[in-house]
Amino acid sequence: MKQVVERIKVLKIDEVAKDFGKTIRVGETEIALFHLKSGEFYAIENRCPHKGGVLVEGLISGQHVFCPMHDWKIDVTTGKVQEPDHGCVKTYQVEVKGDDVYILLS
Amino acid sequence: MEKRRLVLVGNGMAGVKTIEEILAISKDQFEITIIGEEPHPNYNRILLSKVLQGDTTLDDITLNDWDWYEENNIQLLTNEKVIYIDREEKMITTNVGTTLTYDELILATGSKPFILPIPGADLEGVTTFRDMKDTDEMLAASKKYRKAAVIGGGLLGLEAARGLLNLGMDVTVVHLGENLMDRQLDEAAATLLKKELEKQGMRFLLQKNTTEIVGQKRVEFLKFSDGETLMCDLVVMAVGIKPNIDLAKSAGLKTNRGIIVNDFLETSFPNIYAVGECAEHNGIAYGLVAPLFEQGKVLAKKISGYETTPYKGSVVSTQLKVSGVEVFSAGDFIEGGERKALKVFDEQDGIYKKMVFVGKKLVGAVLFGDSKEGNRLFSMIKKQADISDTVKVSLLQPIGGDSGESVVASMASDEIICGCNGVSKGTIVQAIHEQECTSVDGIKACTSASRSCGGCKSMISELLEITLGDQFVATASKETLCSCTDLSRDEVLDAIRNKKLMHTREVMNVLGWSTSEGCSKCRPALNYYLGMIYPLDYEDENESRYVNERLHANIQKDGSFGVVPRMYGGVTNSDQLRKIADVADKYNAKLLKITGGQRIDIFGIEKEDLPKVWEELDMPSGYAYGKTLRTVKTCVGETFCRFGTQDSMSLGIALEKRLERVGSPHKFKMAVSACPRNCAESGIKDFGVVGVEGGFEMYVGGNGGTHLRAADLLGKVKTADEVIEYASAYFQYYRETGIYLERTSKWLERMGLDNIKAVIENPKQRKELNERLEVALSVQQDPWKKIIHSEKLKSELFEKVKV
Repeated sequence: MKQVVERIKVLKIDEVAKDFGKTIRVGETEIALFHLKSGEFYAIENRCPHKGGVLVEGLISGQHVFCPMHDWKIDVTTGKVQEPDHGCVKTYQVEVKGDDVYILLS
Repeated sequence: MEKRRLVLVGNGMAGVKTIEEILAISKDQFEITIIGEEPHPNYNRILLSKVLQGDTTLDDITLNDWDWYEENNIQLLTNEKVIYIDREEKMITTNVGTTLTYDELILATGSKPFILPIPGADLEGVTTFRDMKDTDEMLAASKKYRKAAVIGGGLLGLEAARGLLNLGMDVTVVHLGENLMDRQLDEAAATLLKKELEKQGMRFLLQKNTTEIVGQKRVEFLKFSDGETLMCDLVVMAVGIKPNIDLAKSAGLKTNRGIIVNDFLETSFPNIYAVGECAEHNGIAYGLVAPLFEQGKVLAKKISGYETTPYKGSVVSTQLKVSGVEVFSAGDFIEGGERKALKVFDEQDGIYKKMVFVGKKLVGAVLFGDSKEGNRLFSMIKKQADISDTVKVSLLQPIGGDSGESVVASMASDEIICGCNGVSKGTIVQAIHEQECTSVDGIKACTSASRSCGGCKSMISELLEITLGDQFVATASKETLCSCTDLSRDEVLDAIRNKKLMHTREVMNVLGWSTSEGCSKCRPALNYYLGMIYPLDYEDENESRYVNERLHANIQKDGSFGVVPRMYGGVTNSDQLRKIADVADKYNAKLLKITGGQRIDIFGIEKEDLPKVWEELDMPSGYAYGKTLRTVKTCVGETFCRFGTQDSMSLGIALEKRLERVGSPHKFKMAVSACPRNCAESGIKDFGVVGVEGGFEMYVGGNGGTHLRAADLLGKVKTADEVIEYASAYFQYYRETGIYLERTSKWLERMGLDNIKAVIENPKQRKELNERLEVALSVQQDPWKKIIHSEKLKSELFEKVKV
């Protein structure tokens, strides 16, 4: 089966400062888009696998976000929960073209 | 006396450690040259897995930096390989043509990784895990590729696999044997280990024999003897090591698996010695670090002409350096024949412990899940201690009270405490006496003990306690700021002041943080400390603040927020209540609740509505989310109450207006009661005031939360102005000396009430504290107003994107 990938323009690079996240709502889905210190953008599902905390509000350190509810540490590039906790969140592909940031949904 | 020429071939851990030992006992006997193939100074090879796992960098694992060679007048030749030894002329030649004569020659050529002799082993993307170059190759591969296969489920293979997992790769470990780490673990421990690592995301193919590595230019997949395949674009071979003996062999020295040495590390030819992984003693070539140090000590004495006890082989122990997994094994750990085992298996907590005895002696042990007792058991195995007086199972318990004698105390002075860096008990005791080390970190700085795996910290701590007695207790409880650094809060603050560090990143870089970006513990803490130290110049880092402080509202579990406007002294009016009611209706508040701090919390506000809510409330922020003054609870006092002796509401309002907004280590709650009936509950507040006839009593360090604590009397003053002056000084003193996230109840116990009293009661100090607080207060402004008036902040922090 062929997969259809939808590319959605969500914002301009300067609309979210480095080390901050932005909530992106696509229909019923909430995505946390992060602008890392390195300048890269990453997007993950905006729900911590622990108790559903909104990850977009977490403290960002390097490529990790710390969930604001119970301090779970999640790698935003892979969606993997870091030790000592376990789990993972869905990741979304992000593309930056010029000043625009896109999220790819399949 | 003319110096003897000493040449060391191999700039690695074993050889350089031997040189260090030689320098320590006979500094001026030798003119030393070291020749090494790698372009680096001597580094701690066993910590490469930590570099790969991202815990540390090459700089941090360097054992001897370039300066060390220079300071000790050692000639160091890097990037050169010795290719020829002329043992008759006593001369060596390197690959670039350097020739050197020697009086004594030490071979410490180490070992090289074993490469499976299968087709495709030379393809791009196939590496071993032995040196910095290999580590760099894996780091680079992880950026471009996804799938890694590690061949070999031993210690090194698993550490490599864990590292690659950290780097975001899919990792499969391919192992020929039935059990992981089969040379170090028994079946039960290996099974637990496998389960744990699988939980961490590692995959395993056991009993798989790799027959071919297939790919065009770069590896594409592995082929196994059963015909199956595994796709991968990086292959790490960790199937064992073999001693580097080519040079020795060509020189005609006796070799077997390694270079054969006797009990004094002498090879079969005079004036040539071998030490470390390349040496074979009594049929064994060791591949672990601890034996190398024991050998180095013997060799150093021998070569310097001192009498020495012969080297009689080593009992080895292993510890896996993988986060979240505690594995330890030592000695002869497989039972059978006269070796009898005692096992404890706690399935619930995933803990497995086994001791193996021969008669009354402990000869081996395996620990999984909890390896705290490893060092102690290892010491008993090495000493071949007679345990017939002990209840055997109690050996697995921590030493507490009088149930066991301290192992450290009974250790001989030359016994090794830090196996990674070969530091003996004697060296540590000497550092305590001569260099006045009083903490584990002090010992680490002076002797390198505990610098690597950290497994010996508890023993060092115990040794400090034994050696220093009472002096130790005061200094031992050093808490580091967070796990990114070994420095305590005080050390970090001293450095911030002395080195004029003005930015969180600057602090992390200059003070050598182990993480480049810090963590959720140190970032907010540093942000606070910098703001406290430089109230006028430091620019607050919003991204280092916890969500509530960043958005100036309290996040709830559904992602909505609570809004608490300031009601000074818990006093409100109809106008405020009307506005709160209107806002609650308009923005669909889910709950209105009177808080314990005498104000109203509006729950269930959506993030994007927060600025509008604040604007329509037109009240200052109540900082219900802040590490700062929260509320000043008051009773109605003399204005209405028939018992009241003072105007508690006015004083409460004045205190709140004076101290609000400025940050403190943790939240700070106050109360003012107008009489000892204490309706405002001043006895469980950080600073509580109780009005009495003719004055006020001030109580401090109270807490009504997790650390329930009745406040202590700080003192008594006559006027309301004095209360404000004392409270301000007290608050500022807490700001300056508190540890971030330490409530005043803990702070007071740590500092001592009398010490705090002495500062606050001293008029000069009280005045200065007030002045410093003034400065900090002068730059505060209401955060809600600031955001309402900034379109940038509003859109950046509060708006969601809907597509």
